[in-house]
Amino acid sequence: MGLQQIIFLLLIGISGYFGFKRYGAIKRNIFLGQDEDISDNAGQRWKNVLLVALGQKKMFKRIIPAVLHFFIYAAFLMTQIELIEIILDGLTGKHRIFASSLGGFYTFLISFIEILSILAFVATIIFLWRRNMLKLPRFHKPEMNGWPKLDGNLILYGEILLLIGIFTMNGTDTLLQQLDPAHYPSTGNLAVSSWLGPALFGGLGESSLHILERAGWWLHLIVILGFIYYLPISKHLHIFLAFPNVYFAKLKSRGEMENMPVIMNEVKSMMGLIPEIPVDPNEELPEFGSKDIFDLSWKNILDAYTCTECGRCTSMCPANLTGKKLSPRKIMMDIRDRAEEVGKTLDADKTKTKENYDDGKNLFDYISKEELHACTTCNACVEACPVMIDPLEPILKLRRYEILTESAGPAEWVPMFTAIENGGAVWQVPDARDKWAQEFNQNQDAE
Amino acid sequence: MKVRTVAELTAEGKSPDILFWVGCAGSFDARAQKVTVALCKILNEAKLNYAILGNEESCTGDPARRAGNEFVFQMTAIQNIEVLNGYNIKKIVTACPHCFNTIKNEYPALGGNYEVIHHTQLIQSLIEEGKLTIESGDFKGKKITYHDSCYLGRVNDVYEAPRKVLENLDANLSEMKRCKSKGLCCGAGGAQMFKEDEPGDKRINMDRAEEIVDTGAEIVAANCPFCITMLADGMKAKEANVMVYDISELIVQSNKL
Repeated sequence: MGLQQIIFLLLIGISGYFGFKRYGAIKRNIFLGQDEDISDNAGQRWKNVLLVALGQKKMFKRIIPAVLHFFIYAAFLMTQIELIEIILDGLTGKHRIFASSLGGFYTFLISFIEILSILAFVATIIFLWRRNMLKLPRFHKPEMNGWPKLDGNLILYGEILLLIGIFTMNGTDTLLQQLDPAHYPSTGNLAVSSWLGPALFGGLGESSLHILERAGWWLHLIVILGFIYYLPISKHLHIFLAFPNVYFAKLKSRGEMENMPVIMNEVKSMMGLIPEIPVDPNEELPEFGSKDIFDLSWKNILDAYTCTECGRCTSMCPANLTGKKLSPRKIMMDIRDRAEEVGKTLDADKTKTKENYDDGKNLFDYISKEELHACTTCNACVEACPVMIDPLEPILKLRRYEILTESAGPAEWVPMFTAIENGGAVWQVPDARDKWAQEFNQNQDAE
Repeated sequence: MKVRTVAELTAEGKSPDILFWVGCAGSFDARAQKVTVALCKILNEAKLNYAILGNEESCTGDPARRAGNEFVFQMTAIQNIEVLNGYNIKKIVTACPHCFNTIKNEYPALGGNYEVIHHTQLIQSLIEEGKLTIESGDFKGKKITYHDSCYLGRVNDVYEAPRKVLENLDANLSEMKRCKSKGLCCGAGGAQMFKEDEPGDKRINMDRAEEIVDTGAEIVAANCPFCITMLADGMKAKEANVMVYDISELIVQSNKL
């Protein structure tokens, strides 16, 4: 076994172990939320995965970023084929293990990846320019200061490194095939490297080419392995989570807020419609709504981990557009940050569990009442999200906590509640509800 | 034809084919009452066998539920469902997208199952069935823009019926950039109607009013009593000469009902 193989195995082993732990922690954090059975209607759900996740249907509402994003997405997906070869080569110590067996199809495959990679390179440069030079408001909201801004750029730099790796590896390879055909099996005429290779590396000696080829190969591998470490702390989990998130997205009408059967049954029993529910005087008053991630559904937390902070929701939010503090993207980022905080505490202190967790904090330390109160429930954020995240549901769950459990909330709402409760109308009015009809009928008589 | 209550019809051993759910705004708000009357005139014109609940109707509970007050929502909703089921109501029309949404999408989980349509959908089907003919004279060639309410449009995907009704007026329908699924909220939903705005740069209805004025339209057609209040406030503050009408009012004006 050669030295390269040993280093390779070590790297894969360490990354695999770390990845397993890190992604396991994310899964654990997601399931800190309440159980919610989402197993109905598999047909429609798979259709959504096909159209919205794989087909990126909702991205294409904004055509230019959609096309650019598609280049990067397609290149990323296809490059995984090359990665399989890299891993097999690394394990066996061979070189381009698929080249001789696949023949012409190999040439087609790698050429296809190369063309996509060039398109992805162009897209990456445009995205870097757009993110940093073009002052697109959604990339410069307060919640994007600090790490989120750096995070958005880091992945693009990583993308460029990856492409440098690919073209160094392939470019030098095309030259080495002529110099040392015994060790470098023919790849056929690759679409980009067949001219880019000689243009960049022509005139270099065989040993330099050999070193560069290895450098490109290792760079490609290390950047991909680096992504395993980087993704869990970045906003880029969407490349995996978009698929389950779209699958588990709400299918029932947007207009239906989740019913609260406990309250419904209590009201029904108060009205004598169902038998009285016996009250245990020793029982603590139940808490309604959500004050922390534990009271949200696991799907709400999956939403938060899926969010890639693109800000389409915030750019469509009427409250945010008119300068209010509410930003639906920030709500999702806050839920994820809180889930991460809880997860870290659970990792550090093994006596703490989901059931007995208390660190004196909750979601309201992240999300202010002012933000919650600014929402018009217009669903623009829900409509805007390309990966079917629902920022509205947690907002309404937090409102429920504030009103039902804390008996707080905007004072101006109290007269509305009282009017409905006592008079059956949103306003306290002395008139009969059908006064307009009496007048209408009198006018009819007069005619 | 007079407006009858379901109780009156029941006393005579009759029942309505369709219930007109008036809503709080339609019952009490002076501006929205005009829409209520307009719709009654249209229902009369089409000779529909309809009735209202009158004093047996209560708020659907939409603003309470969206504010977070599930108790108040359940109390008023369950009471309404008792009344509706008691009269064996099958079909409901309403001029309020919030009532429309709540009865259609939220009452089933509480035991209330009805066929619910918005008045713009009813008017559209009356035209299609030939029960209502629109005389286009008054609005011919006039520039009209249409404001999608969130709860009819984005929430319930009703974009075409109101537009088809407007097409019958032979007006020049000029769309705003933010229309249909991208329509901008008027600022009233989610119980915002009942409180002051949170601190910000401007009111949402001002933003929408500016967009409406920019279309150069003389009239903005709406489908929601709360949108009408918000947009009219916006126009007043902008001192803009754009009239805000519900679609039913345009029909009544056009046909001189």
